[in-house]
Amino acid sequence: MSRPMLSLDDSDGMATLRLSGRLVTDSLGAVEADFAGASVRATVLHVDLSNLEALDTGGAWLIADLKARLEKQGVQVEFTEKATPRTDLIATVAAALPSEKGIEDLPRGILPWIAGVGLKTAGVGQSILSLLSFVGQTLASLAATVFRPRRWRTAALVSQMEETGLNAIPIVVLMSFLIGVVLSFQGASQLRQFGAEVFVVDLIAISILRELGILLTAIIVAGRSGSAFTASIGSMKVREELDAMRTLGLDPIEVLVLPRVIALVIVLPILGFIANISGLLGGALMSWSQLNVSPGMFITRLQENTDVWHLAIGMIKAPVFAAIIAIVACWQAMQVRGSADSVGRHTTISVVQSIFLVIAADALFSIFFAEIGV
Amino acid sequence: MTRLQDDSREAVIRVRGLRNQFGPQVVHDQLDLDVWRGEVLGIVGGSGTGKSVLLRTIVGLNRPAAGSIHVLGADVLHGSRAERAQTERRWGVAFQDGALFSSLTVLQNVMAPMREHLNLSHSLMKALGELKISLVGLPPFSCGKLPSELSGGMRKRAALARALAMDPEIVFLDEPTAGLDPIGAAAYDDLIGELKRSLGLTVFMVTHDLDSLYAICDRIAVLAEQRVLVEGPIEEMTRVDHPWVQEYFTGPRARAAQEKM
Repeated sequence: MSRPMLSLDDSDGMATLRLSGRLVTDSLGAVEADFAGASVRATVLHVDLSNLEALDTGGAWLIADLKARLEKQGVQVEFTEKATPRTDLIATVAAALPSEKGIEDLPRGILPWIAGVGLKTAGVGQSILSLLSFVGQTLASLAATVFRPRRWRTAALVSQMEETGLNAIPIVVLMSFLIGVVLSFQGASQLRQFGAEVFVVDLIAISILRELGILLTAIIVAGRSGSAFTASIGSMKVREELDAMRTLGLDPIEVLVLPRVIALVIVLPILGFIANISGLLGGALMSWSQLNVSPGMFITRLQENTDVWHLAIGMIKAPVFAAIIAIVACWQAMQVRGSADSVGRHTTISVVQSIFLVIAADALFSIFFAEIGV
Repeated sequence: MTRLQDDSREAVIRVRGLRNQFGPQVVHDQLDLDVWRGEVLGIVGGSGTGKSVLLRTIVGLNRPAAGSIHVLGADVLHGSRAERAQTERRWGVAFQDGALFSSLTVLQNVMAPMREHLNLSHSLMKALGELKISLVGLPPFSCGKLPSELSGGMRKRAALARALAMDPEIVFLDEPTAGLDPIGAAAYDDLIGELKRSLGLTVFMVTHDLDSLYAICDRIAVLAEQRVLVEGPIEEMTRVDHPWVQEYFTGPRARAAQEKM
């Protein structure tokens, strides 16, 4: 492989450009600057291609580009050979030289940045409207099907319940058990200073039943099932499967979204309850080993001191969290446009938004229950 | 590297004794095929005869159960990684629906292989990218478009531009004109013919488009019965005594395509 070379002989009104070596895309870097810097004083330039070992479109582009540039300066460019495959290639490339710039480089600076902030801000309002409209569509679709058992998609519902509920039990049990252990361990070391070890039961019971059991389950489910909803419906949207459904007279909301929302609303309270039991179990086990609070004593204190309302408040929140997660996930899936990249982006947004909204809802619930005094 | 010569023609692709099998289903068995330098070879065959599998096997996306494949003199199946990389730079593949990277613009798609393999300045790569896009007949404004914003025909052209990015010696095309309107398909055929003439390309094309077969293919290989049943110029195809080949090349659509020539 010999390097490409160009030698320019520019004397007495007649210039000759001799090209040699392999003028191919691979090796253009070596002569790019030479070509860009070439200038001719004569009015006619002869280009000698006979010593070239190889020429491809990349090399032809350099020659065609130089030819176009020189001709603009009034220099006549001629090839020493006529109508050979090489001159044909150069002619093909010259004919294809883009007449206008394809794309401008992206604008930079402070103004585009400010414009970006403005667009994003305006986008928030539109997102809220779009989410509300999606909630409306889902409710309308629910109202249209709920009294017509023939339109229930039982198979899809059960399969979603298995995927989002049954298959999530191991991770939820383990997580919640560990939370119980941690609470008990941390609570014990603090309460021991006051000799109030036995209050660890109240600490564990109230925090898990009222808040943590449901909240952490919801977060796990958002990461596990919410992302799956967005990714699966989003990829279907990319492949035009949703459009295909519409042309077949199927409503994607009814077929895809409703079974997922209903399945999650049913299984999240169950998962939350399982998480509560598992968390109490972890707490009881740790109290027994660290504080010598026997399981019997744990259960007695649990029954005497923990109001059933703590459990109820946790359970009331569960279906609401479930609806938030499922609807945000499906709504984000509907926002997917075009590419695989977009599926990934919206899956991330879906998880972040649903976790955020779940925590925001939890805060509202706390205020509400504090106001009504339970 | 060994040069494969046969009565003054150079085989850029040589497949011998190829066997492809998916579970109990045998797709190819004892398949032999030669592709000569500078020709446009059309691969035809009924659905499920393994046209795309053959293409994928030759470019190394599918490992055959047996057989040998030489591309440009290099053993595709047993060569070292470096050898394979060398060979891969000398071919381009345009997939059926483009398979453009969806997060990159058309220009970035075309520049992607150059960025990876060549040491060129950004402005030169951009100019070459724009040239390739213009060569395949896409308007300049399509450079900044994302693949999802293009029509199916434009995506096919963009895929060809990406396949040509490294100035390959062989281009593999999988159903390049499927789904194009007749005018677009004819323009695509002209484009392939033009590129073949001016760049000296060898084209390996899986196609069902009888117009393309008549317009640009120098030779045709018919896949049937798990091997290359017949190969040769299209005029010979009508004389082959095989029911499928007869029906394919003498049916009403074939006659219409022939009359157009």
